[in-house]
Amino acid sequence: MKTVKLSLLAGLLAAGAMPAFAQDLALGLKSEATSMDPQFHQLSTNIQVHKNIFETLTTQDAVQKVGPGLASEWEAVDDTTWRFKLREGVKFHDGTDFTARDVIYSFCRVPHVENSPSPFTIYTATVTDITAEDDHTVIFKTENTNPLFPAEIWSIAIVSADSLGAEDEVVFGPQGACEGMGDIPQAPAFNDPAIAVGTGPYKLDTYTRGSELVLTRFDDYWGGTPDWERVVMRPITSDGPRVAALLAGDVDMIESPPIQDIARLEAADFKIVDALSNRIIYLALRQEEGAPSIEGTDGKNPMMDVRVRKAISLAINRDAIAERIMGGYAQPAGELLPPPMFGSSGRPVDSYDPDAAKELLTEAGYPNGFTMTLGTPNDRYINDEQVAQAVAQMLARIGIQINVDASTASQFFSRRNALEFPIYMAGWGAASGEMSSPLKSLVATFDAQTGMGPTNAGRYANPEMDKVLLQAMSTIDDTERDRLLQEAGTMVLDDYGIIPLHFEQTVWAMKSGLDYEPRVDQYTMASEVKPAN
Amino acid sequence: MIVYLVRRFGQSLLAVVAMAVLVFMGVYAIGNPVDVLISPEASQADIAAATARLGLDKPLWQQFGIFVINAFQGDLGTSFVYGRPALDIILERLPATFELAMVALFLSVGIGVPLGVWAGMRPESIAGRTIMAGSILGFSLPNFWQGMLLILVFAVLLGWLPAGGRGQTTEFLGMQVSFLTLDGLSHLILPAINLALFKMSLLIRLTRANTREVCLQDYVKFARAKGLSGRRVVLVHILKNIMIPVVTIIGLELGSMLAFAIVTETVFAWPGMGKLLIDSINLLDRPVIVAYLMLTVLIIVMINFMVDVIYSFLDPRIRLSEMKG
Repeated sequence: MKTVKLSLLAGLLAAGAMPAFAQDLALGLKSEATSMDPQFHQLSTNIQVHKNIFETLTTQDAVQKVGPGLASEWEAVDDTTWRFKLREGVKFHDGTDFTARDVIYSFCRVPHVENSPSPFTIYTATVTDITAEDDHTVIFKTENTNPLFPAEIWSIAIVSADSLGAEDEVVFGPQGACEGMGDIPQAPAFNDPAIAVGTGPYKLDTYTRGSELVLTRFDDYWGGTPDWERVVMRPITSDGPRVAALLAGDVDMIESPPIQDIARLEAADFKIVDALSNRIIYLALRQEEGAPSIEGTDGKNPMMDVRVRKAISLAINRDAIAERIMGGYAQPAGELLPPPMFGSSGRPVDSYDPDAAKELLTEAGYPNGFTMTLGTPNDRYINDEQVAQAVAQMLARIGIQINVDASTASQFFSRRNALEFPIYMAGWGAASGEMSSPLKSLVATFDAQTGMGPTNAGRYANPEMDKVLLQAMSTIDDTERDRLLQEAGTMVLDDYGIIPLHFEQTVWAMKSGLDYEPRVDQYTMASEVKPAN
Repeated sequence: MIVYLVRRFGQSLLAVVAMAVLVFMGVYAIGNPVDVLISPEASQADIAAATARLGLDKPLWQQFGIFVINAFQGDLGTSFVYGRPALDIILERLPATFELAMVALFLSVGIGVPLGVWAGMRPESIAGRTIMAGSILGFSLPNFWQGMLLILVFAVLLGWLPAGGRGQTTEFLGMQVSFLTLDGLSHLILPAINLALFKMSLLIRLTRANTREVCLQDYVKFARAKGLSGRRVVLVHILKNIMIPVVTIIGLELGSMLAFAIVTETVFAWPGMGKLLIDSINLLDRPVIVAYLMLTVLIIVMINFMVDVIYSFLDPRIRLSEMKG
């Protein structure tokens, strides 16, 4: 009797737990969006969710090639002027038409977003004027020549001027001095679907913080009827439970399954897709005198010597790291962006040659090597601490004794920015999808005034390279810019200013009935998940 | 009685003040939030602007001063990550944790105490030994691993229950609860068991030890000799006398379940306060961390205060001795 009751209960519960409709898509994400305001926090977790609801003038496809979005075409009128032709017949979720006024309002709102932890103003600050030629043509003027403008405005979501209470005429003024903005709703207001109105394929339904985010299909979407009636996104932060949720059928697709579980998922008939990401894992070397935590060199910084830097690069067996530690889900890197992305030169990966490395060290005057501390996060990149440990062992073979100092990401980044490490491992994802992104942030000479080299905590400085890079960053012509970026990248790598290790591969696991084109920017975009057939 | 309560209350207040200082200093020591929050593409000027906006450019004593002044007005700061009052964000998560903790408490008391009494009355029987062996398992298996195993068996292999999340909720007494719907209940069972197992084992062992001790007391023997029914002996003479340590433990454990159901909430993706704390620590969302810890300190201090009050009802000696002092 007891067993009958038990199995009856179990049956009932199982029925309750089943996913309801075939037209539903449930995603298990590793982190949760912090706000529904697409202009609040510049964070990949937020962006990948917002892109289902809000659209942008331009788009970036799975390999970050810039394409038309809400703007059907655009042209550079002169070095600082862009004309964008807006798509006609686009409707917002509330049925109103999308016009130039919404574009001006959206760009105007960015500096007015309060309490933003990481504002989008870094993309709008250099816009000096926006005017509407007519309802579907917008002219942008920028302070300097900025060839990346179409790629960068992929970050500025277009919100609805009507739903946010703008006046009938919105006039642009630089740095947020716009007119006709009305009372600007702040980030918390966007939990309300009546405020979070976009033009995207899905509408916001409910957002229960910590629990789930539900989107529903927008039937009047200009790009055709979206595939799913309803999309549910659940934050499942720990790896094990996220895999379990997929195995148990709670969700249809998860991002970043741990590498060690992939074989098991494949055996259980789940589909795995993976792609090279734009994220480079690199070693940065402190190239200034007075670097801390170096011993056995009489107070000198050996990494000022290019031979020592080259020795470090040659001592690392990148194939072994990719194969054994990353389980094959990484590709050894020869430069800062995977070829054939924009600005990459196809430079071959440095070969593994510990003997040559040892000779270089002897030549440089360190036959017995030296000792230093390697900083690394232990919860930020795939298997980060293990990779750092492997690098330490490989360097020990040529006589450089490394103490690995691994800490949680929040600690690591603070200490890294305080220049506490003579050598550190970190990663960089190129948001714009071209070489100028890593070059500008990681190796351009640090300058607080001009904003160059913000993440260059190795303080590498190469004025020649800076010149070529600056020239590239103000060249609109794609062929010429590509050439200049390749040149700048080669200058840094010939100088061993930074040591690329590998590109991470991003992995998604899903039910066999689904299909997803993996993105290099590592975003999980519900609107791009398709039923396979 | 009043003196006793006033003195206990004063002690509680002192604990809260000491914790405020400790928590604030501790959180201040772990990393700079701006380094974590801001986009890596941001320039030095952007970083400086963000630092000033979050009030992090002020010296520590000023930040603490502002925190204390605001705290007295019921404002525990604005979350860096969500841009909303930290207390609101935490209170939004409180019902989920509260429900989970209550169900777990109900399970552990409802199962743990009777089993403990049983094992204490018949320590040498097979049932008694089995209960004890089981409690050792419940004790020694790590919480995280237990949770994963529950998911593996009931969600992945058998497919009876969902692997995580909270499921459907309905409004009950102004709170969103999930135990009133089948879907919600099915989401609640595994995490509640996971959270309850350890406490249950603790209660079994505690109750058993006390029962064995009390069973040998003269008044129990006398009650039996008087010919009272076994039921009355257990319920009145034994149970009432083992309640003091049990109530203490229940109080402490309720506090810890509310404040630190973190492991269970993480494993089962349960949208409670514990998971919020972990997320906030990862993002160095200082106001939320501080507000969370202050709130849990308050909860635990309050529960202990109530336990002290209940004591004085259960044991007249406490009441009487404190009256004199």
